[in-house]
Amino acid sequence: MISFSAVFKRYPGGQDVLKGVSLTVEAGALVFITGQSGAGKSTLLKLIPGIERPSAGSIIVNGQNVSALKPAAIPFLRRNLGLVFQDQKLLYDRSVYENLMLPLSFSGLAPKEAARRARAALDKVGLLGREKANPIQLSGGEQQRLAIARAVVNRPAVLIADEPTANLDAEAAQRVLEIFLAFNQVGVTVLVATHDMALVKRYGQRVLRLAAGHVEEDAAA
Amino acid sequence: MRSWLRHHRKALRAALGKLATQKAGGMVSALVIGVALSLPAGGYALLEGLTSLTAGVALDPQMSVYLKPGSSKAEAEKLGARLKADSRVGQVRFVSREEALSELKGEEGLSDVVAALDHNPLPDAFVVRTRGASPQAQTALAEELRHVPSVSHVQADALWAQRLASLTRLGRLAVLLLAALLAFGLVAVTFNTIRLQILTQRDEIEVSKLIGATDAFIRRPFLYLGLVQGLAGGALALGIVWAGLALLNSEVRPLAQTYGSSFGFGFLSPGDALAVVLFAGALGWLGASLSVSRYLREIQPK
Repeated sequence: MISFSAVFKRYPGGQDVLKGVSLTVEAGALVFITGQSGAGKSTLLKLIPGIERPSAGSIIVNGQNVSALKPAAIPFLRRNLGLVFQDQKLLYDRSVYENLMLPLSFSGLAPKEAARRARAALDKVGLLGREKANPIQLSGGEQQRLAIARAVVNRPAVLIADEPTANLDAEAAQRVLEIFLAFNQVGVTVLVATHDMALVKRYGQRVLRLAAGHVEEDAAA
Repeated sequence: MRSWLRHHRKALRAALGKLATQKAGGMVSALVIGVALSLPAGGYALLEGLTSLTAGVALDPQMSVYLKPGSSKAEAEKLGARLKADSRVGQVRFVSREEALSELKGEEGLSDVVAALDHNPLPDAFVVRTRGASPQAQTALAEELRHVPSVSHVQADALWAQRLASLTRLGRLAVLLLAALLAFGLVAVTFNTIRLQILTQRDEIEVSKLIGATDAFIRRPFLYLGLVQGLAGGALALGIVWAGLALLNSEVRPLAQTYGSSFGFGFLSPGDALAVVLFAGALGWLGASLSVSRYLREIQPK
């Protein structure tokens, strides 16, 4: 479960990006976060894994107050969250398989189990058989799916994706969203930020619309 | 525990692999470390050699007492009796000027010189062996004998051994200072090479941190890289010192032989050699640790 109460975020020297955001996402829910660029979607998502720290207010993730966590505790918080970044942050100096092994390398799994999980994650996103390719050889949609596979390979309870369908054609975008739906159906809490309202409306899920740092609209499914 | 060991094994393997693959960067800094460390290590080995040389001399309680040229036989006998009566003197050997000259004739290369002399320029002499070995006792005795009217010169080897010993003490201090200065330099060198390595892996570090790697996990491979670089540098320093001493000994040994000595500079003792390598390794580790800690601080979100 994730809950924000009266969260403010101001970047150094800038204005407030979030102005008193309060929201609750129950475990196992799927929420789309929409709004124009600059509305604060990315900032909101970055606050959950402690990539950014709130200027005021509190953020509770799985019972932990993220804003009060010591820096040493942040890595362990992040291991329970699957993160798909806006710019994907794939490593182009290594293969698809090695990209997947990165989060497994510090989770302390036995090599056999790690390899099994990596293959399972590739299977879920439809990239089985592409292990040896370099991410640069993948299409945009495939790269996005690899980023998702890396996010879920440690089997997190929460999956957070920032604009996962940006720069994808309609077909690839739909495929990516269906992967998120599939994870949600097996109990994973999913938060997806997107500015593509048309795409979101088709799925009939809860939509949280941000505007100028406020929750403008919270439309339940 | 198993996964902890696995992490360390992996980090060490990665460090060795990096040192092997990027021959330019890692090897050059190991070379820099090696060359820099070979200076104090080599200086130390040289000083140890000199110390062993002077230690032998200082323990040799022997001095030569030369009489004034033209001293009479009676004066020589009187001095001889005085020396034998002295409780500090163990053994006395009288070397007459004739004996000394014939000894000199026996020396290779000098017989021609001796033959060219029209008279014997050498004085009578006593070779005195003292009972105590302490340099202080020898100095006191030499000082006393110098005031005997018939004595022209007293040569106590212990005196120059003492001077050499204080010189080597000075040298030791200089080597220590040099080592301390270079230690700072080596930490800086490692700091810099590790920083370059970090920058080439900036993306990997960023992503790893974002998806839950601890700082310790990120730090580990760089610490090993610094350690391995330092150890390699230390081993290289030993190699340079060994080669340098071997070269030096090829000249020193024949020279020492002409003095009837088998002296040659010895290599560092196993303990000292190990200390050099471990010291270098520790410096590498320290440099890497400072470097990666600084980088992690830099990327820490405010």
